[in-house]
Amino acid sequence: MKAKDIAELLDEPACEHNKKEKSGCAKPKPGASAGGCAFDGAQIALLPIADVAHIVHGPIACAGSSWDNRGTRSSGPTLYRIGMTTDLTEQDVIMGRGEKRLFHSIKQAIDGYNPSAIFVYNTCVPALIGDDVDAVCKAATERWGTPVVPVDGAGFYGTKNLGNRIAGEAMFKHVIGTREPDPVPEAGRREGIKVHDVNLVGEYNIAGEFWHVLPLLDELGIRVLCTLSGDARFREVQTMHRAEVTMMVCSKAMLNVARKMEDKYGVPWFEGSFYGITDTSQALRDFAKAINDPDLTERTEALIEREEKRIRAALEPWRERLEGKRVLLYTGGVKSWSVISALQDLGMKVVATGTKKSTEEDKARIRELMGDDTKMIEEGGAKELIQIVHDYKADILIAGGRNLYTALKARIPFLDINQEREFGYAGYQGMLELVRQLALTMESPIWQAVREPAPWGERSDSIEPLQLAEVKHG
Amino acid sequence: MAKIHKRKKPLAVAPLKASQTMGAALAYLGFNRSMPLMHGSQGCTAFAKVFFVRHFREPIPLQTTAMDQVSSIMGADDNIVEALRAISDKQKPALIGLCSTGLAETQGCDMTGAIGQFRRKYPEFDKVAVVAANTPDFSGCFETGYALAMKAIFEALIPESSRAGLRHKQVNVICGAHLTPGDLEFICDSIESFGLRPLLLPDLSTSLDGHLPTEEFNPLTTGGLTLDELATACESRATLTIGTSMQAAAELLQQRTGVENHAFPHLHSLKQVDRWMMTLAELSGNEVPSRWRRHRSQLQDAMLDTHFMLGQLRVAIAADPDLLLALHDLVVSMGGEVVTAVAPAKGPALAELAMEEVQIGDLEDLENDAREARAELLIGNSHLAETSARLHKPLLRAGFPQYDYVGGFQRVWCGYRGIQQTLFDISNLKLSQHEEIEPYHSIYAQKQDHEPALKVASGG
Repeated sequence: MKAKDIAELLDEPACEHNKKEKSGCAKPKPGASAGGCAFDGAQIALLPIADVAHIVHGPIACAGSSWDNRGTRSSGPTLYRIGMTTDLTEQDVIMGRGEKRLFHSIKQAIDGYNPSAIFVYNTCVPALIGDDVDAVCKAATERWGTPVVPVDGAGFYGTKNLGNRIAGEAMFKHVIGTREPDPVPEAGRREGIKVHDVNLVGEYNIAGEFWHVLPLLDELGIRVLCTLSGDARFREVQTMHRAEVTMMVCSKAMLNVARKMEDKYGVPWFEGSFYGITDTSQALRDFAKAINDPDLTERTEALIEREEKRIRAALEPWRERLEGKRVLLYTGGVKSWSVISALQDLGMKVVATGTKKSTEEDKARIRELMGDDTKMIEEGGAKELIQIVHDYKADILIAGGRNLYTALKARIPFLDINQEREFGYAGYQGMLELVRQLALTMESPIWQAVREPAPWGERSDSIEPLQLAEVKHG
Repeated sequence: MAKIHKRKKPLAVAPLKASQTMGAALAYLGFNRSMPLMHGSQGCTAFAKVFFVRHFREPIPLQTTAMDQVSSIMGADDNIVEALRAISDKQKPALIGLCSTGLAETQGCDMTGAIGQFRRKYPEFDKVAVVAANTPDFSGCFETGYALAMKAIFEALIPESSRAGLRHKQVNVICGAHLTPGDLEFICDSIESFGLRPLLLPDLSTSLDGHLPTEEFNPLTTGGLTLDELATACESRATLTIGTSMQAAAELLQQRTGVENHAFPHLHSLKQVDRWMMTLAELSGNEVPSRWRRHRSQLQDAMLDTHFMLGQLRVAIAADPDLLLALHDLVVSMGGEVVTAVAPAKGPALAELAMEEVQIGDLEDLENDAREARAELLIGNSHLAETSARLHKPLLRAGFPQYDYVGGFQRVWCGYRGIQQTLFDISNLKLSQHEEIEPYHSIYAQKQDHEPALKVASGG
C-alpha cells in the first residue's frame, strides 16, 4: 500500500478524533507498546464473514498464533474458523516465490473448500519484499471466477485501528455495490408492514449476542441487509449500498465505510449501541426516525414499552444484589458511555472510566451521565488501573481480556467485556446475562480466601499491595 | 528411522505451527525478572501475548520494538536501542531477551550491532543482561526457536571456564520446550530426592506454574532462574538434557564449561524414566528412593490394566518433533500404533522416530491422514477439537496452545506417575468411544418388536 493511500485512510473527516494526534496514526513507541497491528485490525474486522476463505499471506506468526481466536458466532457456515496461510518459508522470501505460492494457495482453497469468496490479507514480509498481492488476486479472480479480494494491511503500516479502516476500504472498493439485494422472501411479507432495509457496521456478534436483537428487528419489519461483519455472508456485503440507513454500532473502527456509502450512495448513518436498556431502545428509535415511516415509529414505541417492562421485571431481583456497587470501567473497543448506561440501568455506580479511545463528544456524554466527580482515565497501564481500583474503592473492574489475569493476580473481581468473551450482553435479553456474570464474580466466596493470610501467618503468604521486589541484577 | 515427507501443498490449512519467535520468548520467560523483546511490528508481540495468556492463564511480560512503516524500510536498529533503553528504564529487568521476527530478518536487522550501540550510549544500564537470538518465523517452529534462545543465553552469559564439579551436588537440567511446568516439578522433585540440587535451564516451573504471588503487580517474570544461579551452571556436577532439540545448546554448554552431558529424548516412557533414575543414582551415589520404586510398581500395574484399551489403539499425533517423539514412544510402549504423525517443521527428534513416515504439515493433513488410516484417538493441541468433532474421535490435548482446556499447561506427563495418569486418560477416552456391534434383525425373526419397541423408547 502506498504512503499516500495510508495517509488518506488516516484522514477520516467523519471522525471527531481527526484533528488530534491520536487519529488512527499514533506512532508506536519501541519498548513501550501494547496492542495489535494493522494486520490484526484488518483480519479481526472481516474474519466474522463466515462463508469466505480467509488466507493470510505471510510467514507463520501472523496466522499461526491468531487463527480461530475470536468469540464471533455464525448461524451457518464455519469456514471462517479454519485458519489458512501461505506459511512462507525462507526460500520463498529469498527466491521471491511468494506470489506463486499465493496463486496456487488460492486454487487450493477454491478446490478444497468452495468458498463464496477469498480474502487475501497481506502481511509485513510480503509487503517488504514487494509481492504484488493486488495483481495475484486479480489474476486469480479472472482465472477461476471466484471473487478474490486483496486486503493490504501489513502490520507495520500502523495500528489496529488503521487496519480496521483498511478492511473497510477493501470492502467498499471491491465488494459493496456488486450485487442487488434479493427480493423480500415470501415468509418475510406481512400484511400492513412495509419492510425497510438497513445495515449495521461494527457489530461482530460476539458470543452470538446480536441474536438477542435480531428478532426484534424482524418483528418491526426491519431487514438487515448486512451486518459488517458479525454472522455475515459475502453476498450480503455486496448489497450494503441499497440500505435506507446504516447504524454504526459502538465502535468507530469502520466509520470510513459508513461515510463513503453516504457520499457515494446517499445512505445516511447514525451511531448507537445495543448495550443496556436505554441504549437499545434509543437505537430502535433512531432506526425509526431515520427511516421516517410513521407506522414503524408507532410499532417501535409499542415494542420498546413491552420489552422494557418485561426486562425490568426480570432484572428486579438482581437490582438488590448489585445496587450501589462500585465499578471501574476500562473499555477498549466498546464505548465507555454505552456500558455506563447499562450499569446505571442496574443501579450500579461507575467511579472511574477509561476514555483513551473516547472522543470529546463521548466525554461530554460521560460527564452528563455520571457527573463531574467521576475519574476519567486517559492512559492506563495495568499498575495504574490496580491503584485506581484501590483509591476509588471499586468492587469490580470491567475491562478487556488483556487485563484479566493482571486483575486476578491483584485479587480484584473482574468482568471481561472484550471480543474474546464467551457471553453475550447485547439487547434487552443480554442484560440478564450481564447481571448474572457480575453477581457471579462479585459475590464469590473466593475473594476472602485469596486475600486472607495463611493460618500460620507467614508474611510471604499474605498480600502486600503494589510492592515491586527489590531490583537485583545478575 | 522415519522417512520425512516434505510439505506437499502451497496453502497451510488449520496451521499446526507456532512461530520460532514465540518459542524463543518462552525460553526467556524461564528467567527471573526477565522481559522478552520481539524485534518486529507491534502485532507480532500482541498475537504472541494473547497466545501465551490464553494457554497459561497468566499475565505474560512481552515487549516489542514496534517497527513502523518508516523504520521497516529505512532500518530499525534504532528501535532496538530505544526499546532496550525504555525497558531498562521503566521495568528494570535483570534480563532482556531479544528475538527477531520475519519482518526484521527480511529487512536485514543487525541485533548484535544494535546491542553494542545500546551499551555505548547507555552505560547506566550495564547491569541489564541482553541476549539476542535470530528466530524469523519463516523457518523452523516453536521448538527450534526455544532451542535457539537457550543457545543464545549460553553463548552470551556462560563464559569459558574449568570449574566443573566444584558444586558436586548441583546438576544442570536443560529443559526442552515439550516439558510443562508440571513436568519440571517432577524433574526437580526427583533430583532432590537423591540429595542433589537441580538447576533448571530455563526454569518455567517457578515462573509459569500459575501461582498467586505476594505482590499485586509485576511487569516482569515472577520466578524463574536468576542470572546469579545461571552463572553457577559452570560449576555443576553434570548436565541432564531433556529433548533432542536441545542437544546443540547442551553441546555448547559442555564445550564452554566441561560439565559432562547426559542426553534424554524425553521422560514420557518407563524406559526413559528408568534411565533417569539410574543416572541420578549414579551421580549421587544414593539408592533409588522407595517412593519411586512404589510409583514404578503402580505404573506397571496400570500398564497391565490399560493395555486392553491401548493395545492396537490407532493413534494420530500432531506436535513439534520432541513432543511427537515422546508421545509416540509412550503409545508404542503400550502396544498401540501411531498410524499418522504430523510435525510442523523438521527437528532432530524426527530421525529417532521408529515409524515408516512422518509428514511435515498442518492439521488438515492430520485430519485427512487420520481419517484414511482410521485413527481411533487424536493427540495434539486445542485446534484439533474441531477435527475431533468432525471425525467423531476423542482428543487428548498436548502441546501449544491449549486455550479451551484449563490446567493443560500444568499437566504432568513425565515420570512414573505422569505416565500412569496419561494411560488412564487415554483408556477412559477409548472406553467412552466403545463401539457396539450393530444389532442384526433376522429376516426370519419372530420377535415382532421393532416398531412397538421404538415407540416405547421414544416415549410415544
